[in-house]
Amino acid sequence: MSVQKFPGTKLSAKEMYSLPGLVESSPQAKYEFSAGPTISRFLKGLKEGKILGRRCPRCGRIYVPPRDYCEFCHVPLADWVEVPDTGRVETAVVSYISVKRERLEKPEVVGVIRLDVPGYPEDGYEFAGLFHRICMDPEEAKKDKTIGMKVKARWRPPEQRTGSILDIECFEPVG
Amino acid sequence: MVTNLFVKDRVAIVGAGMTTFMRRALETPRELAWEAAKMALDQAGLTLKDIDCVVIGSAPDTFDGVHMKGEYLADGSGAFNKPMTRVYVGGGTGVFIPVSAWWHVASGLCRTVLAVGEEKMSPAHPHPQYVFRYIWDPILHRPLEPNLIWIFAMEMRRYMAKCGAKKEDIALVSVKNKRNALDNPAAQLAANITVDDVLKSELLVWPVNELDISPVTDGAAALVITNENVARQVTDSPVWIEGLGFTLENQHWENRELAYPRYLNYAARMAYKMAGIERPWKEIDVAEPYDPFDYKELHHIEGLMLARPCEAWKLLKEGYFDRDGELPTSPSGGLLGVGNPIAAAGVMKVAELFWQLRYEAGKRQVKKPVHRAVANAWGDLMQAGTVIVLGN
Repeated sequence: MSVQKFPGTKLSAKEMYSLPGLVESSPQAKYEFSAGPTISRFLKGLKEGKILGRRCPRCGRIYVPPRDYCEFCHVPLADWVEVPDTGRVETAVVSYISVKRERLEKPEVVGVIRLDVPGYPEDGYEFAGLFHRICMDPEEAKKDKTIGMKVKARWRPPEQRTGSILDIECFEPVG
Repeated sequence: MVTNLFVKDRVAIVGAGMTTFMRRALETPRELAWEAAKMALDQAGLTLKDIDCVVIGSAPDTFDGVHMKGEYLADGSGAFNKPMTRVYVGGGTGVFIPVSAWWHVASGLCRTVLAVGEEKMSPAHPHPQYVFRYIWDPILHRPLEPNLIWIFAMEMRRYMAKCGAKKEDIALVSVKNKRNALDNPAAQLAANITVDDVLKSELLVWPVNELDISPVTDGAAALVITNENVARQVTDSPVWIEGLGFTLENQHWENRELAYPRYLNYAARMAYKMAGIERPWKEIDVAEPYDPFDYKELHHIEGLMLARPCEAWKLLKEGYFDRDGELPTSPSGGLLGVGNPIAAAGVMKVAELFWQLRYEAGKRQVKKPVHRAVANAWGDLMQAGTVIVLGN
């Protein structure tokens, strides 16, 4: 038996908005999130202009962003270490739309930075890294050479820092 | 990972049904679920009396905009006064539904299970994309005002950089799947398009254009899953669930390689081991890799070990994955062509393989003889992998 017709009725946008009994509802849900002890300390570090990681006493991985526990060894992490604010671009994209899918006037470049943190094999599957904006020309960002490019954090001036991921304005190319 | 293969009952799919996939369905989510469930039961030649348990899958409640969607969908899915389970692993849900139905039957707990997936995405305004805002980490990611597409764009870029694929190589997936969908009467976005059409469609988050992405869809799909005894009574051509796998990768995607889907590879190895498959690239005849984005099909073909890492895009160019190719993928038209009502989309992929393995896919039937098939789905932030291996 090969099915030729499937059930269901498609509406045009006009038909949908003229349906009897169409109800509009906008739940106004607001949330306040606590960052937890580990990320709170990380955010405090950002306010001081430092990127903090946390080392696993068993496998030696240094987690950035830091965790409370090692995901692989399942043991508590102890040492805090300041890690360099430099790294390489792991991936980068150019966004032309906002969070609500409106067109952006100025496209923005975002991506993942593989930080220069020891404890991982070079080019390994896992690494210490951050998701952030990359301050560079969008057209340049699309070029092949962007992947692997050296970048460094551009910090906000100390008086503007609030203990947020935005205390780093972005990562920018060096050299 | 050690899998206990000593299950009580062998498990088969004996019926499949689905609604048309569309933007703005008139039917309510319950009614969509009912239509798909009824069709699956009719195809199996069974009625609700024959159903012992019901498994429902649906992605975030926020899409349909109703509370506790599993319970909400229960009556349309025939679940009243029966043991009912709702499963949810994001986009991975669709394949997780038959996986869950499998353990209901394999354990001996239920003889026959009705497995239903439903999603109605049109109600969310101004665009369902905004609902996905809640997928991002509230402290470290949301302050950057991310759009959902960013994450996929980042993964696609990484795949391109690591594997040397160009946008036009990847766009071929969209071309193939939308073309395959022309033969699917349930399809939302069937079309004959060219690579150029994909590259010239609206640029959202480079490297992702609009035609690289599956659409916003409403729809439902259902399967009837039963033990060997019942299966032999109701049909001459049961489709066996021979293997399944599901694994999770951690949510910190900024700490791992995005070019290869390890979350899927572990699940695939688990499923192949259970099915006794050692060389999936030779032993699988047809596949429905999860394709919400075009690069994702290539990514998943590699994760499923149907091609070597970074080689799927080269084989695609040679027509290897076409419906008359060596290893047809997404003969249904996939999410890119048929549509992407999240949980229902994964069930649709399993339903397509069910029809393929029974030679009931009509114009969509692949050219080569088929014995074994694999489908996968993927959910959350490069995280949840679900796999099912079927055989006839």
